[in-house]
Amino acid sequence: MDITAISAAELHTMLENKTISAVELAQAFLQRIAQVEDKVKAFVTLTEEMALDQAAKLDKKITRGEKLGPLAGIPMAFKDNMCSEGIRTTCSSRMLKNFIPPYAATVVERLQEAEAIVLGKLNMDEFAMGSSTENSAFFPTHNPWDLTRVTGGSSGGSVAAVAADEAVYSLGSDTGGSIRQPAAFCGVVGLKPTYGAVSRYGLIAFASSLDQIGPVTKTVRDNALVLNAIAGHDPKDSTSVPYEKPDYTKFLVNDIKGLKIGIPREYFGQGIDAEVSRVIQKAIETLKDLGAEIAECSMPHTEYAMPTYYLIAPAECSSNLARYDGVRYGHRAENSEDIISMFRKTRAQGFGPEVKRRIMLGTYALSSGYYDAYYLKAQKVRTLIKQDFDRALEKFDVLLSPTAPTPAFKLGEKSTDPLAMYMSDICTVPLNLAGLPGISIPAGYAGGLPVGLQLMTKAFGEGMLYRVAYTFEQNTDFHKLKPNLTAEVAS
Amino acid sequence: MKISLHEVEHVAMLARLELTAQETEEYTEQLNSILEYAAILDKLDTSEVLPTAHAVPLNNVMRDDIVKPSMAVAKVLANAPDAENNFFSVPKIV
Repeated sequence: MDITAISAAELHTMLENKTISAVELAQAFLQRIAQVEDKVKAFVTLTEEMALDQAAKLDKKITRGEKLGPLAGIPMAFKDNMCSEGIRTTCSSRMLKNFIPPYAATVVERLQEAEAIVLGKLNMDEFAMGSSTENSAFFPTHNPWDLTRVTGGSSGGSVAAVAADEAVYSLGSDTGGSIRQPAAFCGVVGLKPTYGAVSRYGLIAFASSLDQIGPVTKTVRDNALVLNAIAGHDPKDSTSVPYEKPDYTKFLVNDIKGLKIGIPREYFGQGIDAEVSRVIQKAIETLKDLGAEIAECSMPHTEYAMPTYYLIAPAECSSNLARYDGVRYGHRAENSEDIISMFRKTRAQGFGPEVKRRIMLGTYALSSGYYDAYYLKAQKVRTLIKQDFDRALEKFDVLLSPTAPTPAFKLGEKSTDPLAMYMSDICTVPLNLAGLPGISIPAGYAGGLPVGLQLMTKAFGEGMLYRVAYTFEQNTDFHKLKPNLTAEVAS
Repeated sequence: MKISLHEVEHVAMLARLELTAQETEEYTEQLNSILEYAAILDKLDTSEVLPTAHAVPLNNVMRDDIVKPSMAVAKVLANAPDAENNFFSVPKIV
């Protein structure tokens, strides 16, 4: 097997045994990137020199016989909304095209402490607003399984880089499905942790009550390893929860006998592709055969999650993005006579259409006279949606659904219809409103395209998700299939 | 119609966005379709429901009042579009 296709856990052993050096490993990934990146377009910024420097330093440690941490020497990349000190961080926006953060996000710091090899920064929908990565101000990322299709979004670069073996793992962020939906589209493992489990310090804010950073990996074990490194309380984020962080790899047991898995019927209704449905039904049978107790349940407010999300997220976005005024950093429009016209021109030039649309919607929903009807109403419905989860999770250990209603769609297919695009997050959005953790794992294929299975559970129940996901993975072969990028003719 | 062209112009001013005539028209149409879709929330009686602002309730997160070094001014100003004498510079306000 090609070295770039191997999991972090296995590469760690190879580094320890000196089968490969950290520099050789970094070079293998830089070569792979050079080979496939013009087709996939996952990276906004490459940090080749820095990666090789870090690797060389680590090799010296290995030579000295120092003990290696589980992620030391493993090449990875960050979604470009996580501040990396001294490295351009763009949010795939013209507004931040030349922004070089003066500080690092906590997750970046923690992975640097873990001696990760950073290959670069990954493409995304501008300011994480979108479901296809077509809203990047720079270029869309292409799905490695079919280059004419989207990767999903907004963490499109994060999943494509991992699926195309351009990185061992990556970090993405998930506000309404932005890790899980693209992970499903590209056939990788993507976790959205419990709100408050991973620090948001240095994550460029979109919707602060929903945003959460999580790992994108090739295997469930790698996911647990990365979560081990990034989770845990951070005094720099006041919404970070002080909780007893377990060793998540302890939950990786191949056994789900007697676990209760709930199937909320509302997630299998209108809009779910028949092929996706077939794959998920088959996955349910597999879990049943492995000893899980499966039963249907109802979460009656599910249909209200999308409109609730599309009021709350834009409202928070309009408030968060008010900071981009051309004064302290980012783009500034030239030749403005006065300050108000400078603000208005700067923002008109710096933001793309979807970001403007959400700022407009959010500003309206928060404006005098409409606040109660839209924003407050949505916050109340959010309570009902959360209660649906609380009730269902009293009876079940885990809830199961498709991650996305369809496999990856064609580039350009939904880019002119905002509502149609929003609907691709229909299965992922409710969980963000409830603040709970969810994971998407490869569950099969529809017409040659990956289909993702979503597992959801109680707050801080990531271990339970890993247990079910790991058992499914160990008893199926879906995660072993790879897109063939080198034989394919670039389209 | 939930929102008129005139209201969209007003919201654009509140949001400090300059929109072209074409954008104003497009956003009027699109915001209307999104708001019409959101109207399904009206089917729910929420008079007895408390709002959720944050899914994980954490209140009054405090830290000890200890002075720590701030970021160096030069570092803060390094990304400024325009700066002078340790200040951000902007067009004339008054």
